[in-house]
Amino acid sequence: MSPWLEKQRHLIDFTLASLARRKTRNLGLLVVYTLLVFVLASLTLYSNALRSEAKYVLAGSPEVILQRMVAGRHDLIPPGYLEKIGRIRGVQKKEGRLWGYYYDPVLKANYTFMARPASEVADGSIMVGEALARERGLARNNTISFRSYSGKLFSFEVAAVLSPDSELLSADLVLLSEGDFRRFFEYPDGHYTDIALSVANPQEVRNVAAKLTATLPDSRPILREEVQRTYQSVFDWREGILLTVLAGAILAFAILAWEKASGLSAEEKREIGILKAIGWETGDVIRMKIWEGLLISLTAFLGGFLAAYVHVFHFGAAVFTPVLKGWSVLYPKFALVPAVDGLQVATLFFFTVFPYTAAILVPIWRAAITDPDAVMR
Amino acid sequence: MLFQPAIIALLLAAGLAVLMLLLATPFALQVIRRWDMSSGSEFQLMLERRTYLFSTLVSFVLVVQLGALLLFVFNADRLAAMFVGAMCAVGALNVNEWGFPALIAQMIVFFLAAAWLAINHVDTQARDYPLVRIKYGLLIVLLPFLAASLWLQFRYFSGLKANVITSCCGSMFSTEAESIAGDLSALPPLPAIWLFYTTMVLTTLLALWHWRRHGAISGGLLALLSAAGFIVAMTGVLSFVSLYIYEHPHHHCPFCILKPEYDYRGYALYLPLFAATAAGLGAGAIQTFARVASLRAIVPRVSARLAALTAAGFLLFTVVATGFVLASNLILIEH
Repeated sequence: MSPWLEKQRHLIDFTLASLARRKTRNLGLLVVYTLLVFVLASLTLYSNALRSEAKYVLAGSPEVILQRMVAGRHDLIPPGYLEKIGRIRGVQKKEGRLWGYYYDPVLKANYTFMARPASEVADGSIMVGEALARERGLARNNTISFRSYSGKLFSFEVAAVLSPDSELLSADLVLLSEGDFRRFFEYPDGHYTDIALSVANPQEVRNVAAKLTATLPDSRPILREEVQRTYQSVFDWREGILLTVLAGAILAFAILAWEKASGLSAEEKREIGILKAIGWETGDVIRMKIWEGLLISLTAFLGGFLAAYVHVFHFGAAVFTPVLKGWSVLYPKFALVPAVDGLQVATLFFFTVFPYTAAILVPIWRAAITDPDAVMR
Repeated sequence: MLFQPAIIALLLAAGLAVLMLLLATPFALQVIRRWDMSSGSEFQLMLERRTYLFSTLVSFVLVVQLGALLLFVFNADRLAAMFVGAMCAVGALNVNEWGFPALIAQMIVFFLAAAWLAINHVDTQARDYPLVRIKYGLLIVLLPFLAASLWLQFRYFSGLKANVITSCCGSMFSTEAESIAGDLSALPPLPAIWLFYTTMVLTTLLALWHWRRHGAISGGLLALLSAAGFIVAMTGVLSFVSLYIYEHPHHHCPFCILKPEYDYRGYALYLPLFAATAAGLGAGAIQTFARVASLRAIVPRVSARLAALTAAGFLLFTVVATGFVLASNLILIEH
């Protein structure tokens, strides 16, 4: 082994032994440090998981959604509008969609009603989302009545409860046939809520949108990539806000680390004095102390990060859910897909190890320059 | 301004670096003016003690700056998702006019920091602090670079607005573009390959020679050749390596190879390349002090070690690049 490595190995050896000699003191610092990493890591892991979940969910949505605007407000698509678009190169499919919101006074929650073709949902029957079924106690073949906005009562038979896998999207969803939808909401014939277009080539999407606004100046195209970007920014922003709030905690930790590192006990001072008396140099003492800091940092980082991983992906990040996830009466239950991102880990490492190291450098130096005779006297 | 953890981290690192160097400047001036190794006065003793503190602090800050370059590029790549028209880091850096200057400043800081760390390492090996004045003088020289880097980064990050339409790498690194990047990309593959391999082999051989023979001249040459090797390596990446990685005859971007779609292969190329160049420059930087009495034995030893690192880095870079070229399905040159 090279002499340099040999030297470092002995230094680590010595440091570990000296850490073990002052167990309770170092354990206290380690616990606080681990806790800090745990909180910050939970935060970044959770927001990262939410980001990738949003990306994953949106991957299946149509590339362009076209809404019609009247006086700056979203309005129904009138008959003949779809035909006016005509054939646009690159558009694989275009279809009018029918959907709306229904307020259910029983749950005090809004449902999303969406029409599906008759081949999927027969007249008189509905499919409901898992969260809705859970809250209203519905199962297959049950009958449920909704009072429409016009005051009439409609009864539907539950044909199926949608698979819980899609719960993030379908928590409050009610699927019904087009005829039922139009009757229930008294929706005018030939009108649609909006138009969905699928575009095969992602680089064509902007051109398609430009053509749409040219042919239909009263329309507003909404691009999937824009929605994705908005979600990204929203989660980034929430993460940044929480991080700023937690900056106080990081600072407090740095102060604690400074305190711990500068408050050398008489015994420790004597130890350093003896080391210097038997031939250690100031540089060696600094190196030993830096190893000490590194060992504590890495242990705390690893421990905290692993605990955060378990917390987020096995226990659903109970601590941060209210701030990061948002809330609603019919909130979907969903398990996060474990995702660890290199940039997040690097940033997190920086936010925890950097302040700690910066805080202990001056106390380390103070300890290292003590004269042997001053402490051994 | 985008409120992102990585951006906050980068600004914090750069800010702290400038702050620490500012704090060290009065001390550096004291050292330059009043350092006297032969004196046993109280003041000299204080100076000697404080050098430990400031050397440690500055080393720490500069090591962080080495890591910050990686974080900066990583972050720019990730930011691309936020901007209309950006497909990779190029788009994110092009959002405003400060992006590329900030990257280049960070790269300059990286190499300067590496050189300073090499000098500091040599100095701490010797018994009588022979380079202490030079070291602290260089710190004052380093300060404006770090401050400029901080300023550029701040301008860049504060000017990031998600509604700006930026240009993608396809337009910047295309062979028709009238810029240095465009000219480098336009280099026809065959001469580029010759230039690339000749320079890589020469640099590696020189580094190996210096490792074994450690002369002052070969050390100085090594620094020059490392710098040249870095430029040629980047040209090689632009003109043919990237083409083979993308398996596309017209896509020259040096940033897209960092993306997960290409298995992060760019990091396998850039990490050894930057390490090798930094080590080569460091080896050259310490040659200047080879004649100092107390360093006569130390400088050759350290520079030999740095040369070994340079050789290993360039060799690894070449092997990895060659591996990508051979594994590719693209046929750029018919034989």
